[in-house]
Amino acid sequence: MSESTQETVPAGGPLDAATLDSAAAAAEQAFAAASDLAALTAVRPAHLGDRAPLLLARRELGSLPGKDRADAGKRVNAARVRVQDAYDARREVLVAERDARVLVEESVDVSLPWDRAPRGARHPITQLGEQIADVFVAMGWEVAEGPEVEASWLNFDALNFGKDHPARTMQDTFYLRERPDSTDTSTMVLRTHTSPVQIRALLERELPVYVVCPGRTFRTDELDATHTPVFNQVEGLAVDKGITMAHLKGTLDAFARAMFGPASRTRLRPSYFPFTEPSAEVDVWFPEKKGGAGWVEWGGCGMVNPNVLLSAGVDPQVYSGFAFGMGLERTLQFRNGLPDMRDMVEGDVRFSRAFGV
Amino acid sequence: MRVPVSWLTDHVDGELPADADEIGEAFVRVGLEIEEIHRAPEITGPLVVGRVLQITELTGFKKPIRYCRVDVGPEQNAAGDDGDTGSRGIVCGARNFAAGDLVVVALPGSVLPGGFAIAARSTYGHVSDGMISSASELGIGSDHSGILVLPEGTADPGDDARPVLGLDDPVIELNVTPDRGYCFSVRGLARELAASLERDFIDPARGSVPADAAPSWPVRLDDAEGCPRFVARRVSGVAPNAPSPWWMRRRLLAAGMRPISLTVDVTNYVMIELGQPLHAYDATKLQGDIVVRRARAGEKLRTLDDALRVLDPDDLLITDDSGPIGLAGVMGGASTEIPAEHAEGATIDVLIEAAHFDPATIARGARRHKLPSEASRRFERAVDAQLPPVAAERAAQLLVEHGGGTIVAGRTDVGAAPVPAPVQMPLDLPDRTAGVVYPRGATVRRLTQIGASVELATGDDGKGAVVATPPSWRPDLTMPADLVEEVLRLEGLDVIPSVLPAAPAGRGLTAGQRRRRAVSRALAEGGYVEVLPFPFVGAGVWDAFGLAADDVRRRTVTVVNPLDAERNTLSTTLLPGLLDTLVRNRSRGLDDVALFHLGQVVLPHAQPVVMPEPAVRTRPTDNEFRQIDAALPAQPMHVAVVLAGEREPRGWWGGGREAGWADAVEAARLVGRVAGVELRVTKGELAPFHPGRTAVLRVGDFPVGHAGELHPQVVEALGLPPRTCAMELDLDLVPLADVRPVPRVSPYPAVAVDVALVTAEDVPVADVADALEEGGGELLEEVRLFDVYSGAQVGEGRRSLAFSMRFRADDRTLTSEEANAARDAAVALAGRRVGAELRA
Repeated sequence: MSESTQETVPAGGPLDAATLDSAAAAAEQAFAAASDLAALTAVRPAHLGDRAPLLLARRELGSLPGKDRADAGKRVNAARVRVQDAYDARREVLVAERDARVLVEESVDVSLPWDRAPRGARHPITQLGEQIADVFVAMGWEVAEGPEVEASWLNFDALNFGKDHPARTMQDTFYLRERPDSTDTSTMVLRTHTSPVQIRALLERELPVYVVCPGRTFRTDELDATHTPVFNQVEGLAVDKGITMAHLKGTLDAFARAMFGPASRTRLRPSYFPFTEPSAEVDVWFPEKKGGAGWVEWGGCGMVNPNVLLSAGVDPQVYSGFAFGMGLERTLQFRNGLPDMRDMVEGDVRFSRAFGV
Repeated sequence: MRVPVSWLTDHVDGELPADADEIGEAFVRVGLEIEEIHRAPEITGPLVVGRVLQITELTGFKKPIRYCRVDVGPEQNAAGDDGDTGSRGIVCGARNFAAGDLVVVALPGSVLPGGFAIAARSTYGHVSDGMISSASELGIGSDHSGILVLPEGTADPGDDARPVLGLDDPVIELNVTPDRGYCFSVRGLARELAASLERDFIDPARGSVPADAAPSWPVRLDDAEGCPRFVARRVSGVAPNAPSPWWMRRRLLAAGMRPISLTVDVTNYVMIELGQPLHAYDATKLQGDIVVRRARAGEKLRTLDDALRVLDPDDLLITDDSGPIGLAGVMGGASTEIPAEHAEGATIDVLIEAAHFDPATIARGARRHKLPSEASRRFERAVDAQLPPVAAERAAQLLVEHGGGTIVAGRTDVGAAPVPAPVQMPLDLPDRTAGVVYPRGATVRRLTQIGASVELATGDDGKGAVVATPPSWRPDLTMPADLVEEVLRLEGLDVIPSVLPAAPAGRGLTAGQRRRRAVSRALAEGGYVEVLPFPFVGAGVWDAFGLAADDVRRRTVTVVNPLDAERNTLSTTLLPGLLDTLVRNRSRGLDDVALFHLGQVVLPHAQPVVMPEPAVRTRPTDNEFRQIDAALPAQPMHVAVVLAGEREPRGWWGGGREAGWADAVEAARLVGRVAGVELRVTKGELAPFHPGRTAVLRVGDFPVGHAGELHPQVVEALGLPPRTCAMELDLDLVPLADVRPVPRVSPYPAVAVDVALVTAEDVPVADVADALEEGGGELLEEVRLFDVYSGAQVGEGRRSLAFSMRFRADDRTLTSEEANAARDAAVALAGRRVGAELRA
């Protein structure tokens, strides 16, 4: 310390060496006294903040003459570095301590449940219907719809079911009347299949038509492990110029791969449906089949009967088409190995929950 | 249709595959579905034919017992237990056989189906050295009525009984599709099998019947449409008690029919073999001419099953001078039946009917009288119109062969068989349909194989065509596509390649479809479980719901033929099904349940609209199509939830929260948000909801649904948990918001201001919030209610609503003065509109 300093820096003033020293010491003491990081953070502004003594002292420097200012500046800086170092050192200690002790103390049992939000789910049939729709939408097809209460004309007549043909009685139809006393019991039915949507799609849309239709259907079967009077089907229809049965096979194979994996494929067995000619049953190669990979009956298909095209106003000389249909319950049943179809209709929340959202 | 393999073998040239599974696969390849292949259960050890020599009635036991000496052939006799080399002794409890009868004997060492091992044993004071068997014990039928007695001459004592019983002859059971009526016969099936295996078919109906011009009975067809052809052949002097030959009985058994008597067995046998149903009349009971006609009003007929049937004018009848004697093609009448019992040595005079009937007429008749018979099942699928004389002849010959008597000279054959019309088809249509290039000549070869006569021609377009005249048994072949199917199935569907068609670019899901998925996902994420209840309800549920007598929801569509008579209508709301499901879950111990259902409901018209029935094979007019939709009931897509128990469960974190009306309303708001529409919620009243806790859900002013707590009386009536809540809205009434407004997101700081407003207690919060929203102007970003207080400090009948309001400008930092001014404007509007005052 020089004489001049002693003259220009008043003893006991903010820039006085002793004052600075005691401020620094006070800071060191305060930091040392902080028992955790929160306390350290709390005392920091008093010693390193804008209003801390050392910071206020720095503001005084401007009033000193040149050399004194340099000396005082050095002192202030030294004190400040000392305080900062003390802070950093203390912080390091406290951080280490927190990491070593506090975080250990704060540990919890993370296995505690937190199931405060109720768990919802979507029905697997809905999910399956959407999955199938997505497969076809990805191929450029569209999703068509129709009503569940349907005109007999659309459910049967337009689909080439003769009025007295045994095929019509084989469908086990729910007949409806709008009035309890109405005698008209043949014009309206709960649709027995999603096939009337074929006619609706052809009547409502421009050709070519490539549509898929998942939907609810009804037959007078008593509920048991393999039957339900209310079930779901998915219908596919393609009507275009030059459509062949090879296109039907290609579409079914692509569908099968999308549903059951790349090893899956389909095979056709000749059959009969009034609305297709030729008609076939579809078997699917199911790699995950219980007891080993094998063929599983999946649905029906065929080339759209020319009479059906005519009833929908499509010229069978110019256009041809194919159609197919599968039961969603049946598909779900063999895909997921569900032994009892009643589980799908009873609405027990434990059943749907297993399939998630 | 069940058929033993041996019967098929008779009509296919060459050996059939030894494995019945291979035969089954051959059927499947050409379109016949195999239901099951029945193989007789294995019988090991000595099973032989025996002749009953002597019967001794044993007395003094609880039940009648007989000790029989049975000749089972020299070798087996000698091996017997008692050293007698002429027969064996067997104890038997059945009484339906006599000395001299041929029976089947399971000797000691044999094991019958079910692991039933036969051994010599002492019983009733004799050694029983084997067992005289019944058909069911042998596993060849379900007839438990007694011992199987074989007709005389079937086999000799000591012969191995297995081939006699046909234990080595599997029975194939097939599903015949409705288009292939001809496959309801051995003839049709053998034809298909021969084609599938590339063998020659030996037609059991081949050859011609002897010419016989004179009618065997006068027959008149008054309804040639219902009955185009009627053939009759008469056999007199038949011994009705003569047994049917064993081979015939065995085949009938295998085909699933019970052998009854010679005449019944013969007509059934010929029907199964050829496909032509026959009827045998007792000719002595016929009175005058046979006339085929429709029924007249009030006519009645007692059918063979002894039911007196009131006839419908659409019923086709066989009649004579006495009136109706048969329901044509469905069931014969009792008055001309050949009796079951006959005196020893009596003979009968049989008139065999082989007719051709209109399929639709028979189908309606059988359905009307609920009489699906073997005959009607064949007639309604169409029978070969050329068969009647052949089948009648075959039956007459079998009767004479096994029952004696003579075929009476003359054959009635009136009417004419419908002739299938030729079908012309472009030669390449099968190739074009399948997407396959078939070998040259395949089309002609395959069509010839099914019995069509085929000629080549040139089509109108100058290209090659085939003209195929279908055979008489294939009236189903009426258009080119039918011929295509024949070619494709016989060439094998497995040759068709797999080619993915290129669909044009699609438009993806519609906005409505996307919204439905979003709603379903949102509700599931929100804790609701989707269920798919049935739509069937009974009127009782509306009473339980407390609906007024004239409530529109009571107007339902009726199911004519319900599975459950108590639930014979289609629901107009999704709630009954959901509440049923809720109860079922509760009954299974699941107390906290939140369910949702997205589905169509069925709302009939106030006044029914006539359903048009357009013609087929031509497009309905746009008007007709519109008319169809107009005649159908409205079927809007609804979404509904029900919930009960804890909405949030209690846990280690603390208590839970009971589901309440607000959850139901929030479910509706959630649906609205997903649909891009802010639902307005106002107070309302509607059964089955609690009158004080019913929210009307509105889009603008238009109500789209309701939510809230159910009425305590409804809860009680339906056995629901207390305070069950529900929501249902019509999704179709919520407009599709395809373009949502893009908000301007301001980066400038906001000013938050809280206000507490005091209003009358019955002022809905929504109204206060709306007023603040509107009054706050453009600077107002958000209004949120954060507290509701009622108590002494605000006065009786009033409450304090505390809102936080956030103001922000798009283009500058808002000053607190500006924010306060906007708040004041908001409060002022709330004051004017709902009488809200700033809380002091």
